[in-house]
Order: sequence, then C-alpha cells, then structure tokens
Amino acid sequence: MGKEPYLETNVTIRMVDITKRFAEVVANKNINLEIRSGEILALLGENGSGKTTLMNMLSGIYMQDSGSIYVKGEHVTIRDPRDAFDLHIGMIHQHFKLVEVLTAAENIVLGLNETRLVDLKNVREQVAKICDRYGFVVEPDKKVYDMSVSEKQTLEIVKVLYRGADILILDEPTAVLTPQETDKLFVVMRNMKADGKSIVIITHKLHEVMEISDRVAVLRKGEYIGDVPTSETDPQKLTDMMVGRAVTLNIDRPEPVDPKESLVVKNLTVKDINGVTKLDNVSFTAYTGEILGIAGISGCGQKELLEAVAGLHKLEKGSSIMFYPRGDRDQGEDLAGQTPIDIKHKGVHLAFVPEDRLGMGLVGNMNIPDNLMLKCYDQGRSPFTNRKKPREQAIQIIRDLEVVTPGLRTPVRRLSGGNVQKILVGREIASDPYLLMTAYAVRGLDINTSYTIYRLLNDQKKKGTAVIYVGEDLDVLLELCDRILVLCSGRVSGIVDGKTARKEEVGLLMTSFKEETA
Amino acid sequence: MKKHDHKEPLFRISKSGYVPLQKAWAIRMVALLLALIVSALIIFSIVKLNPIKVYGTMFQGAFGTNKRMWVTIRDTMMLLCIGLGLAPAFKMRFWNIGAEGQVLVGGIASAACMIYLRDKVSSTAVLPIMFVCSMLAGAVWGFIPGFFKAKYGTNETLFTLMMNYIAIQLTSYFVALWENPYGSNTVGVINSRSKFGWFPPIFGQMYVLNVIIVLVLVVTIYVYLNYSKQGFEIAVVGDSENTARYCGIDVKRVIIRTMVISGAICGIAGFLAVAGAGHTISVSTAGGRGFTTIIVAWMAKFNSFVMVLFSALLVFLEKGAMEIASRYQLSDYVSSMVTGIILFFILGSEFFINFKVTLRKRFSKEVSQ
Repeated sequence: MGKEPYLETNVTIRMVDITKRFAEVVANKNINLEIRSGEILALLGENGSGKTTLMNMLSGIYMQDSGSIYVKGEHVTIRDPRDAFDLHIGMIHQHFKLVEVLTAAENIVLGLNETRLVDLKNVREQVAKICDRYGFVVEPDKKVYDMSVSEKQTLEIVKVLYRGADILILDEPTAVLTPQETDKLFVVMRNMKADGKSIVIITHKLHEVMEISDRVAVLRKGEYIGDVPTSETDPQKLTDMMVGRAVTLNIDRPEPVDPKESLVVKNLTVKDINGVTKLDNVSFTAYTGEILGIAGISGCGQKELLEAVAGLHKLEKGSSIMFYPRGDRDQGEDLAGQTPIDIKHKGVHLAFVPEDRLGMGLVGNMNIPDNLMLKCYDQGRSPFTNRKKPREQAIQIIRDLEVVTPGLRTPVRRLSGGNVQKILVGREIASDPYLLMTAYAVRGLDINTSYTIYRLLNDQKKKGTAVIYVGEDLDVLLELCDRILVLCSGRVSGIVDGKTARKEEVGLLMTSFKEETA
Repeated sequence: MKKHDHKEPLFRISKSGYVPLQKAWAIRMVALLLALIVSALIIFSIVKLNPIKVYGTMFQGAFGTNKRMWVTIRDTMMLLCIGLGLAPAFKMRFWNIGAEGQVLVGGIASAACMIYLRDKVSSTAVLPIMFVCSMLAGAVWGFIPGFFKAKYGTNETLFTLMMNYIAIQLTSYFVALWENPYGSNTVGVINSRSKFGWFPPIFGQMYVLNVIIVLVLVVTIYVYLNYSKQGFEIAVVGDSENTARYCGIDVKRVIIRTMVISGAICGIAGFLAVAGAGHTISVSTAGGRGFTTIIVAWMAKFNSFVMVLFSALLVFLEKGAMEIASRYQLSDYVSSMVTGIILFFILGSEFFINFKVTLRKRFSKEVSQ
C-alpha cells in the first residue's frame, strides 16, 4: 500500500469493501462505511442485518474475509482486541465482559498486561477523573455482582475510556435500561461527543436514533443501504430504508370482548435455589380476550412469574394459581404445586413462549418437525413416535409464518433468531391455548417479524385467549397491552391501564421499590 | 499512535456450513490414506521394513486364517455390544465411563450361573437364564449412578469410574471364591468338559450366536434411539434439560431408565465375554474395552450401523498390530504407533469436515497463479 487514498481530516475510520461470511451466510457484503470524528453515528438495521458483525471487525473479534480498514488514513489489520485497543477503538458489547467477583477498579485494569504492580490508587484517581469529565458515576471499590445492569454498563464504558479509546462502539446499549437510565446514558454520550470522541451506537429503536445521533447508516441483509444526517430524516423513512419497503408502524389494540377471569394468581411467592425471594406475594388476574402486559427491569421476577404458572418452580406456602379455561368458573383448576407433566395431562391448554428460546422452548440440535413434536410426542399408545403429523404441521407453519429455512431437516439452531421464534410461537399457538404466556417474544427480532408476532397475539386475543405479554420495550407495551402489570424486585408495584398510562409513569413504577429500600 | 505493521495471519479457521455426505466421506477416506502413508514412512524409517509387506501382515493377522477371522469377528461383536450400551447414555450426554464395570458384573452373573446351575437345569435352558441374569446385573450397575445423578446431581463421570473399581474388586473376590484348580488364583475354564453354559456351535462355527445377538441389538438400538418415544426423550434430555422439563418430560425418570438400559446392554456384553468367548472370569475379562468403546461410540456419532464399521476397524488394527509385533519381533510400541497414527488421522479428519481453513489471501493468489 504505497498510497494512502483516504487521508481526510475528519474521517476517523473508513471501512472499504468489507465482506464477511459465516459458512454459507454472507453477514456483510461489500460494505463501505465511514466514521467521522466528533459525531454520534447510529448504525441501524433489522436483526441479522450485520451491524454487530461489522463492528466486531473493528473491535478485533472477527477478521474480514476481504476489504480494508483505514484508521486515521492508515491501512490497518486488526487481528485481535489488543490491536483494536492500540488503535483506540473500544466496544461495549451487548453481553458485558466483566468479572463478577472483582471490583470496578480491578475490572478496569484487568488484561492490561502491566509489567509492574498495579497501583490501584492511581487507577481510582484516573477513573474519578474520567467520571468527572463525562458525568459518570462509578464506585471503584464496588464488586460487579453488586451492580445493577446500568452500573455495569457504565463500568464497561469507563473501562474502554481508561484504555484511551477515542472511538466507542455501543452495541444496543439501551436494551437493558429503563427510560430514566437511557436518558442518563445519552447525556454521557453527548459529553463524550463534545470531547471530540467518535461514537457508534448500534440499535434498532428508531426514537433513540432520532434523539441521540447526528448521522444514521442503515444496513439491510448484510448490505449497506446508505446514510443520512438525522436532521433530514424521520422514523418512517428510516423504517422504509431498513425493511426495504413501506411498513405501517401502528400496533392494533382491539377492544377486549366479554372479558372473564381466566387466571387468578394470589400471594404467589417463589424462592430460587439459594433461598433468594424472586417473587414476593404477587397477586393479579388475567382475563380472557385481553393482553396483560408485564413490565419491569430485567431480573425483577418476570421470568419466574411465567415459569411458576407453567409449573416449573416450587411455590412457597399460601400461593394460589386458579385457572379457569375460557373463563369457565366450573372448570377451575389450581395450578399451584403442579408439574408441567400434571398440567399437560390435565388438558389445561396452557401455552408458554419462554425467554430462552433454544435453551428451554426448543431443542437447538433438532429439526423443525421434531421441535413441533416436543409437546405432543407422547400422544397415543404406540411406543413409537408419529412423525407424519409434525411434518405436516411444520410445512404449515413455515408457509403461514413465512419461516426462512434451508429445509425441514435443518437443526433449528442454524436458523436466525426471528425464524426460531416463529417456530416456537407457531407451535404454542397451534396447541389452541386458553392461556398464552410469552416472555420477551420480540426480543432481537426485526420489525417485520415483531409485527407478525403482535398480529398473532392479537388473533389469539380475539379468539378469547388470555394473553400475558412480558416485554421490555415500553412503547410497545403501551401500544399493545390492555393492562400493564409492573414488577419491581419481585413485587407488583402497580397495574396500569395500557390506554391511558404514560411511559414515565411506568418507568417510575419499575424502579419505585428500589428507591424505597435504598 | 503506535505504528501498525501487522501482517494478516497465515491462515484463518472458520466454521463450514452444510457438508454433503459424499464430501465428508471423501475427507475421511483421504485421512485414512494419509494415515497409511505416514505410518508407512515411519515404519520404513525406523525399522527398515517394506511398509506394504507390513500392511499385508496386518491383514494376515486379522483375517489370515479361518480361525483368526472368527476371532476378529468375535472381538468386533464384543466391542460393538459395549458401544451399543454406551450409545443411549452418551446420546443423553450422560458420560458413562463405567462400561468396564458393567461388563464385569454381567460376566460375574454369567459365571455364577455356569457354576451354580450345573446339573440343576438343562444346558439349553441355562443360556436364557444367564442372559437375563447378566442383563440384570449390568442394569443394577447402571441404575446406581443414574439414580444418584437424577436424585442428587452427582457427577456421573466420577461415579461410573468409581463403580469400575468396585466391580474389579468384586471380580477378584469371586475369582478367589471359585478358584480352580486350587492355588492357581484363576477360575480356569469353567465346565471345560461338559461345556455347560457355553454358546453352542452353529453351522460348525463357535461364534455365530455372538454375531446374531449383537446384530439384533444393533437394529434394536437404532430403532429405539431414532424412532421410539423413549429415544426422543433421551435426545431432548441430552440437548437441554430445561427444555425437557418445560415440555413435561420426567427428566429424572429418563436418566434412570436410560442408565438401566445402558448398563443392561453392557451386562449382555459380559455374558458374551464369558459364555461366548472366554468361558472364564477374571479382572481382565473386560480388558479395557469399556474405555476403547468410547472412541467407537463417538466416532460413529452414536449411529449403531456406523459403529459396526468402527468396531471392526479398531479390532482389525489391534489384531494386525499384534501380528506385526510377533512376526517381525518388534516391540509392541511400533504397532501401537501405527494404531495411534491411524486413529489420529481419522479423528482429525472430523476437524476438516466441521471447519474450513482459509490461507492468507496473498499466499493463495500466488498459488493460483
């Protein structure tokens, strides 16, 4: 490389003709992207569009198959995260890379390969300096396991700043934050920008793009669609770029017809194996023909709540879960203390889309028909499985929900997140449930698939199914659900009307108990 | 900023996607060929022998005479039977490394029948009784670690390994109890005159019954694992216990049941070893096959029919290696080396089936020019 053709003053990073393949899947195809100094660039795209892959090539996790990267005009090869550090590139991953048993300060110096003894006092001073400069709050001696998600994220950012990063890449940083915490993060991001740092934020939330970024670059199916200054665009235009065609962004909310009590939960208390209370005296009622939303910061008991109803947890004394199929009071059934096997044999039509799709809902190494067979494989007297019915069902689900798969025999773990979820939701709905529980049903899904899921939930609602929807995106919860139950540290901090509640109100309920105890 | 003069790495490894069956087998065949070539080079450079002749001798060792061929078949069936026992447990990701012990207790049960039932039942009735007793003994040996795993979550690898030692001690005890002749510290050939409890020759061959029993098991296990509801449960539990619990599978029951089956089949292998081969019992009745078979089960990816091939290959290598060691007066190490090289290449070929190695671009361009 004799010539350096991209020596421009305001361009920090230029990626030229980047292509990356994973086996037969092309994750990035001839992508040209520039990151300018002192800007916040939003990298927008549906799931599986290659945003994270592209950024992972800057942070040294992957190497491109072809194409070149220029940092400040110089052609570079980034082989590993250390090379990225040397180039002042720092990435904050979706899944934090912190050692839980160490303190904040220890995590910051970890892996720096200092030859002399680490002077933790000096580290603390420097951390304090960084915090002052950008408005972070980090307690250097706090252990990571004592930290909230937001604190951990802050620590990750401080960590890369401590290592001298000028270019920060944030991979979906707001996915785990409350609205209030998101606002705080945005303040910090603006401070860093004012300091001349380049920031890339990967996201698929449009309102955040509009709020924080200076420029938006859009990827679709691994290809670079284009970039626009944020001031010259709007959510509708961005969606069209992202999806490739016009999409309506409204979620239906039909009026509940003839709601009857379907699931009456009283004093539900659940402890985990370490004896920590995960659900504390939770009481609520879900009605037929309505969607009950459940909001809360992650880890506040949403998962345990659904799993407890499905019979996957041991309940504490006094818990009662009365289930009335289709609201029929005569056929009431107490689910408390029942195992999933009991519930299945009782013929309670209970469908559950768990949070961990491949770890609980499906078997990753099995193909689509076998996964559909999971819940009904033991029907009939024959000692052998009947694979004909699941096969037909698989063909139907693939057709109805537009599942993209190389074939029926492909193991589901090879499919993209959206297609995996379609199979799971498709299977649960096919069981013709009276109660449908979904945990983070649209997490990580692209806009199209998300709207397909909302439509399916609404179809169930219209059929008179009681639907429980645990979600993390407050905008969606407020648009989709008839009522929203807010959990905070395992307790019900409020139940609000989905039509009238404001986002801030729900956000406050999500943290209210915490502030009380603090 | 530090100057960056990093070169692109020489090669990169990436996951390959779907590999057609023919290509996968072609890679395996190439691996086998390479293994033979490398072994040939080593044989030639170390012991100065004609490698082709050495390979010929190996073949002779395994199939040279009618008797040798039947011994090779017998040992293949034995290895295969244990492999079939391990398959259900392994498919459930239950690392049963206690086949050795399960075979031994099965063998003890058979030997006990041969000793205590002689003159009490007819020689045709004793074989089914031995079969059932060995199966039950193996089943108990499988049940114990299965039960503790299901109930208390104990580590099955350590547990089954320890069970081997108990079985070995138990065997020592019975060897002392049944010692014959007195002072020999062995059981000797049991019922050598009456042949009570021995497999009867079929079509004049001693080991036909071994073949029949094991081949029936091959088909049974294949159908059980792939087409039965219980086999489906095993696969689900193996992949994710959470999913199994979620969809209403009684995980504990499946673990215990599968281990009972696994142990029972290994017990049958003990029956084959005593009634169908050695007609005696000693601590070396299992002879390390319980461990060797782990390779068979894994290489075949728990497919019973593929297991036939790999058992045959391992036994062939063993017999062949023994033959070259004795024919050329080599130490055992040379033959072990040949066996090791061949296994190394075959196992290594799986890497090239699952991963793709890309050379540095400039380098590959030069090659293509």
